[in-house]
Amino acid sequence: MNLWQSMARRDRVFEFLAPAISPVDVRHGPILYMEDVTVSFDGFRAIDNLNLTIDDGELRCIIGPNGAGKTTMMDIITGKTRPDTGDVWFGSRHDLLTMNEPEIASLGIGRKFQKPTVFEALTVFENLELAMTADKRVIPTLTARLTGDVRDRIEEVLTMIQLADQQAQPAGILSHGQKQWLEIGMLLMQRPRLLLVDEPVAGMTEQEMERTAELLTSLAGKQSVVVVEHDMGFVRSIARTVTVLHQGSVLAEGSMDQVQSDPRVIEVYLGESEEAA
Amino acid sequence: MWLSRPFNERSTRLFLLILVLAVTLVTILHLALPPENPLYVSGYTVGLLGKYLCYALLAVAVDLVWGYLGILSLGHGAFFALGGYAMGMYLMRQIGDRGTYGDPVLPDFMVFLNWESLPWYWHGFDMAWFAFLMVLLAPGALALVFGYLAFRSRVTGVYLSIITQAMTFALMLAFFRNEMGFGGNNGLTDFYDILGFDLRSGATRLGLFIASGVALALGYVLCRAIVASKLGRVCVASRDAEARTRFLGYRVERVQLFVFVVSAMLAGVAGALYVPQVGIINPSEFEPLFSIEIVVWVALGGRATLYGAVIGAILVNYAKTVFTGVMPDAWLFALGGLFVVSTVLLPKGIAGVLAYRRKQRNESDTTEVPA
Repeated sequence: MNLWQSMARRDRVFEFLAPAISPVDVRHGPILYMEDVTVSFDGFRAIDNLNLTIDDGELRCIIGPNGAGKTTMMDIITGKTRPDTGDVWFGSRHDLLTMNEPEIASLGIGRKFQKPTVFEALTVFENLELAMTADKRVIPTLTARLTGDVRDRIEEVLTMIQLADQQAQPAGILSHGQKQWLEIGMLLMQRPRLLLVDEPVAGMTEQEMERTAELLTSLAGKQSVVVVEHDMGFVRSIARTVTVLHQGSVLAEGSMDQVQSDPRVIEVYLGESEEAA
Repeated sequence: MWLSRPFNERSTRLFLLILVLAVTLVTILHLALPPENPLYVSGYTVGLLGKYLCYALLAVAVDLVWGYLGILSLGHGAFFALGGYAMGMYLMRQIGDRGTYGDPVLPDFMVFLNWESLPWYWHGFDMAWFAFLMVLLAPGALALVFGYLAFRSRVTGVYLSIITQAMTFALMLAFFRNEMGFGGNNGLTDFYDILGFDLRSGATRLGLFIASGVALALGYVLCRAIVASKLGRVCVASRDAEARTRFLGYRVERVQLFVFVVSAMLAGVAGALYVPQVGIINPSEFEPLFSIEIVVWVALGGRATLYGAVIGAILVNYAKTVFTGVMPDAWLFALGGLFVVSTVLLPKGIAGVLAYRRKQRNESDTTEVPA
């Protein structure tokens, strides 16, 4: 259908006028679909014929040794890196390779970086308020009021990340783990369909790891979550499906037990780490 | 309504109360007491206090961009001076044929330079509404152009401070030139009246003092309203983690530009009220040293509190008045010393000390309650 026809259609509003809900189409299968993706940096193939599908509402863990291409994979999904060949689709309607970073972010893909960056001088509540999907131009921001809907959403997220008691405290005095949860909460304020979480439990205590596991498993179902993690104990505690990356492509995929008994995986990854331990 | 939000804050109400009480008290002491009474406030003191209030408004404007946005402007004196010049041009045109040379249109310095007619940019300044509009628009336009170029290129930190300093220095050199048409190094002076009121009368001086108090109150409320809004939180966020704020979808450079322009306009208003009270505006107001002095007021009073800026401006200027009377040559050393002392001993300024003591008192209160 060409542009004129689509503009003449009266049974639907124009896309730019439609409310900002994620229009991702998952009726025909997975929420994220990567096929034959290859990226090289100066001849080095960081991603080599990678095939990966994530189902809607799934919680997936990605593991793999250093240099396996985990971060590059996230960069491709969020639009930071362009692959040389291959397809990356979000739902069955959005070709992510034709979009830039902000477009992908507004489509409902949220990414949490390794190092938490929260606004330390602002309170936990205010951090979430700023992260909320809203008109972010100057004057609307100046005149913005804290409506009941906004407050409800913030309180909902506060409960999810278990920081309701700390909501009036400045984010700067939170512990490392709490900052990580707050950052996940800030992503949730934007109601993402797919959450990419990079090493969420690095530097956390046992207790904090348990609570992070609870948080991530509670998120799955409502949104899809992809976790990149090194800590095998943590992966075991949350994962239903684990994907092992090695040298830029998928080495094995399945439940934690299946993957761990796979001889190739033992050779490149688990075996080494168990020997080291 | 976002503008009414500050009135819900205890600190703002307290600030406004103190300001109203102080201005009323000075007015009563000036009007009701005979001059021989020891509590009598002289016309000279009223003018001096009015000047302090203008400085306080200027300090609030600087605190808005420095404290909340993290932009250390070392050139806010330029906006203050531009507002002052706009007012000065109006006052010059009000002189009419009462000048030394008696020219009905041309100010004295233009006659002296043998100019035939009024330069184009002097037109309209005989009308008060136009001049008062220019008080806002001239500094605002400079801030808009300067800020647009600086923030779009993501110039921040020390580099931005240096450029603002260069901006005010360049303007000073330009205004020193007679060809600019702003009276060269003598500036604009020998004013007669404002809006028909004689500038030399005590009643006009008192009126200007009260107007300065009102301007400070309004400017303070406006800044508080910005700071207490969601935009204010975006300012603080971009001050502490600019990249992260962008990542959330805020156009940080536009936020910076907006707040910078508002701040420049407030500085312009402060300059416009300052000029009729001191009776002169000349290029020395563009001196980088003056802009640095403003920053010292804010640093000493306490950043990111707004009321701290007011305290700092009034205290330092009072000290300056006293000091320059006793030992004129030592003032700059004293100012430098103050800055060092405030950075080392009072990193959060006087406002920080006040907040700390309040907190301590609250804590001791709560510990006493159960016992």
